[in-house]
Amino acid sequence: MPKTIFEKIWDRHVVRTIEGGPSVLYIDKHLIHEVTSPQAFKGLENRGVEVFRPKQIVATADHNVPTINQHLPIKEELSRIQVQQLVDNCKKHHVELYGLGHPYQGIVHVIGPELGITQPGMTIVCGDSHTSTHGAFGAIAFGIGTSEVEMVMATQCLLQSKPKLMRINVDGDLHNGVLSKDIILYIIAQISASGATGYFVEYAGSAIRNLSMEGRMTICNMSIEMGARGGMIAPDETTFAYLKGRPFAPQGAEWDKKLDYWKTLYSDKDARFDKEINIDAANIEPMITYGTNPGMGIGVTGHIPAQNEIDEKEQPAYMKSLTYMGLQAGASIKGKKVDYVFIGSCTNSRIEDLRLVASFVKGRKKADHVEVWIVPGSKQVEQQAIEEGIDKVFEAAGFNLRQPGCSACLAMNEDKIPAGKYCISTSNRNFEGRQGPNARTLLASPLTAAAAAITGEVTDIRELI
Amino acid sequence: MSKAIDKISSTAVPLNQENIDTDQIIPARFLKVTSRDGFGENLFRDWRYNSDNTPKKDFVLNNPTYHGKILVGGKNFGCGSSREHAAWAIKDAGFDVVVSSFFADIFKNNALNNFLLPVTVSDEFLEKIFAAIEKDPETVIAVDLATQTISLPADNDPAKAGSASEKFDINNYKKTCLLNGYDDIDYLLSIRGEIEKFEHTLI
Repeated sequence: MPKTIFEKIWDRHVVRTIEGGPSVLYIDKHLIHEVTSPQAFKGLENRGVEVFRPKQIVATADHNVPTINQHLPIKEELSRIQVQQLVDNCKKHHVELYGLGHPYQGIVHVIGPELGITQPGMTIVCGDSHTSTHGAFGAIAFGIGTSEVEMVMATQCLLQSKPKLMRINVDGDLHNGVLSKDIILYIIAQISASGATGYFVEYAGSAIRNLSMEGRMTICNMSIEMGARGGMIAPDETTFAYLKGRPFAPQGAEWDKKLDYWKTLYSDKDARFDKEINIDAANIEPMITYGTNPGMGIGVTGHIPAQNEIDEKEQPAYMKSLTYMGLQAGASIKGKKVDYVFIGSCTNSRIEDLRLVASFVKGRKKADHVEVWIVPGSKQVEQQAIEEGIDKVFEAAGFNLRQPGCSACLAMNEDKIPAGKYCISTSNRNFEGRQGPNARTLLASPLTAAAAAITGEVTDIRELI
Repeated sequence: MSKAIDKISSTAVPLNQENIDTDQIIPARFLKVTSRDGFGENLFRDWRYNSDNTPKKDFVLNNPTYHGKILVGGKNFGCGSSREHAAWAIKDAGFDVVVSSFFADIFKNNALNNFLLPVTVSDEFLEKIFAAIEKDPETVIAVDLATQTISLPADNDPAKAGSASEKFDINNYKKTCLLNGYDDIDYLLSIRGEIEKFEHTLI
C-alpha cells in the first residue's frame, strides 16, 4: 500500500494501539529547556520514577536567559532559579545539558539541527510548539505539554492519535527578495491561523526543494501558526549534505546504513492525503503581518483589509485587533514607521539569516530612531558570525548583536518591546503582548526586517536590492 | 481529592472571541515559576488588569454577573504556544470545563491531562450557549461525560426554543481516564516491559 512519509515514520514507531483510542508512540529524541521541564522532573520524583532513557534527552537553556552578559549570574531571581533548576535536574537525572556558557548552548530548535541531533526518520518532541522545525529533516516532530514531557521522561513514549494529513505544494520560482519566511506567512494568510488544525503537513513542490535547510526549517517552524500538529519535508541531497560531519550525525558504516534508510523516506506516488493545497510561488511577494495572529498577513505593497472585506461575524474581533495594533482598516502598510527591529528566534536566527542580513546592510546605516536587536540562535551561530566578520558589519550599521536565546520573541527575559511601540520581527507570533505588554508586532522575513532597520519604516525590500 | 470528572452543572463565563491564544491565557512572563500551582491568579492577566494592576472593568472575569465552573470561548481556543501553564491557570481559577467550537490540538491534550474537560460543540450550538448566557447569566449548563452530552436548560416559554443539547466527541480511552481519575503516565509505566522489547526492533 502506498504510504506518505509521515505514515512510514509513524508506523515504525507505534508500540501498540489502544482500541478506540490513541497509539503508544515511541520517541527517539526528547529536547528539553528550562521553562516546561521543572514540573515534569518534579512529577517524576513524586512518583518515585527515574528517567527511562536519559541518553535520548538533550537539554539547553534558552527561553529565559539574558542576551547580554551571559557570563554573569542572571539578575532576575525567578529566572535565575529556573535556569539553575534545569542544571540541578539534569545533573541529578544524568541528562546532557548545553547550558549557559557551553559552546553548544542556544535555542533548542537551532541547536538540534546544527549539532546533527535532528535526523530524518526520527520522532522528536519538546515542550515547545515550534518543535515542528525539526520536520524540515523528514522527521515527525511536534510540541507537547509538560505532562507529556513527564510521560516521555518516564517511558520514552507518548499516547497520540494519528492526525489527518495535508500536503502543501509550492511550485515555481520565487521572486527576488522573497524568502522562505514569506512563503510560510503567505500560506498562513491563505488558510488562516486555524486552517491546518488537526493535520500534520507535508511541504512539497519545486520551490520547497530549492530551499536550503535553513529555509526549510523556517517553513516547518511556523506550521503550528496555522494550527498544524507539525510540518515536514522529505529528506534529499540537501538534507544529507547538511547533516554530514555534524557532531552527532552518524559516521562511517553507520552513516551509510542510515543513509539507505533515509532515502526511503518520501511519500509514495499514490499516497493519500486528506487535503492537498497547491500554491504558485510566483504569486508570493515579501509578506508582513498587520494584526494579532499570524494569519493576518499581506504582501508588503498590499492594503490592510477594509472592514467590509471581512466576514460580518468576524468584524468585531478584526477591529479589536486593528485597534490594538493602532492601524487603520483599508490603509496600506508600506511606509509605516517602526521603532524596533528584532532579528532572531527559532524561526530566523540561523547563520544563513545573519549572513543574508549582513550582505544587505553592509555599507548601510540604521535609521536614527530605530533600535535593532540581532539575537543569534546559538553560541555556534554567534561564533560563526564573529569569524566571518558579520559582527563588524552589524556594528558599523548600528545594530546591536546580542547573545543567544529566545529573547524578544516571547519577551520572557528583559528583552521587551515597550508598550505601544512597533517592532518588525523575524519571529513567529504577533499575539497581543507577545513581545511585551501592549507591544505591537509586525512579522516579516529577515530581509524585510533589515530593510525597515535601514529606512525606519515598512519597506519593500525589492526596491533596495 | 479525586481528580475524576463525571457530571458538571454550572453557570458559565462567556468569552466570545475567536483565536484565544495561550499567550493571552497566561503571558510568558508568568512562566518562571517551577511549580504547577497558583497560575489562576494570572489567568488572562493582560485582559484582566491594566498596567498599574487595577482591574479592567469591562473584562468578563471582573464582572460578578458571570461566574461558574464552565468557560465558554470562541473558535480555535488555546492556539499558539504549547505551555501547559494555560490549562493549569484555567483549572486553578476554578474551571472544570472549557467549551468551544474548535480547540487547538496541544491545548486540548494539555487540558485532558489536567482533568479540565474540553467540550467541542458545533458553531450553532456555541452561538446558542452565548445567546443563552447573554439573556440570562444564571443559565445552568449541564455537561455529562458518561453520555457525552452538553445541555442548555428547558425553556418554559413555548414561543422560544426548548431545551437544547448536543453530543460531543472524546476518545474512549481518554473518557475512561477522566471518569476514573487515571492518567497516561500510569498506563505507560504499566507497559514499560513491552516498550523495552519494542526498542530492540528499532535500527
